[in-house]
Amino acid sequence: MTGPGEWEPEAAELVRPYVITKGRGLPDEAELSLITLVTAAPEGPRRPTRLSPEEQRLLDICSAGYLSVAEIAGHTRLPLGVVKILLAALTEGGYLITRPPVARAPLADREILEEVLNGLRAKFG
Amino acid sequence: MAFAPNSVEPPHAVEPPHAVEPPHAVEPDTAGDPPAPHAGPGTSPRLGAQAYVRGGATQTAVKILVVGHFAVGKTTFIGTISEIEPLSTEETMTRAGEEIDDLKGVTGKTTTTVAMDFGRLTISDRVVLYLFGTPGQQRFVQMWEDMARGALGALVLVDPERLADSFQVIDLIEQYSLDYAIAVNHFDGAPLRDEAALREALDLLDDTPVVTCDARDEKSSAAALTTLVRYLLDRVR
Repeated sequence: MTGPGEWEPEAAELVRPYVITKGRGLPDEAELSLITLVTAAPEGPRRPTRLSPEEQRLLDICSAGYLSVAEIAGHTRLPLGVVKILLAALTEGGYLITRPPVARAPLADREILEEVLNGLRAKFG
Repeated sequence: MAFAPNSVEPPHAVEPPHAVEPPHAVEPDTAGDPPAPHAGPGTSPRLGAQAYVRGGATQTAVKILVVGHFAVGKTTFIGTISEIEPLSTEETMTRAGEEIDDLKGVTGKTTTTVAMDFGRLTISDRVVLYLFGTPGQQRFVQMWEDMARGALGALVLVDPERLADSFQVIDLIEQYSLDYAIAVNHFDGAPLRDEAALREALDLLDDTPVVTCDARDEKSSAAALTTLVRYLLDRVR
């Protein structure tokens, strides 16, 4: 087993993920899934707070359009769990808006699958 | 793709990040190293316009999983179909995960991360499709739950020469009740088993589609994906 001091020996990040997230836990999955689309709130927060460097990075990357949670993690190279926690905090603070994927229902599924099928055929012949 | 300089190195060869563990060992610039100047705290990566989801304000995001054992060609497949340079995310394993980690015997290995590769394809004004790929290993439970939840279905890439390696992947897919199709990645020169033998080896249901594909070829990969989606559509009709 590993002692606390040996945790994550391969990573040379300056701070542990727990510090970056300020000890916050993972947000609800329904709120932020891998394919939840995220962008900066056009108006910005009503009461701006001081953001951590990581929070600022996430906000910056979201400022030019929509990205999925997975893409934000991929571009920033922050661990996915950390990204989710920070995005949830930024959303709560009014910095970001999120668009969760639609809840699945058989009817919605069929329409979406038909759309995907037609799209694939149109694109790849 | 004109992308920000810090987009993850595209593993276009047959999955170098998956072929050897830990991923850091083969992709030292992905993580583990001190952040590159452009990726450091306080600076922001600048992404080109095409990095963003064009219809993000209105599009519905959906996902399909592309799964298979190490080095079966998942990353290649995703790269072939994706409109963006494939990205990857890594997740530090939890202590709980460490308990069940089957890498215990590996010398000096105290923790690990796993790469999940993914790409994106704009289907229409209304739908954007994400393809997620990860190795099928029981110990990456959290990642599997994240990926499987809400997925339309899964394409299981299979190497006909290493069929046994696919058992665990298919077990996981079934455990998460995902509908799937089998795509036999046809490597150069590898003799293709006849379908009946493959079905028997993998214990497939009669209606589970089996197609062959070349993960490097766009049309061939798209055809495999189309087969899966048609099958999924049949299942909801």
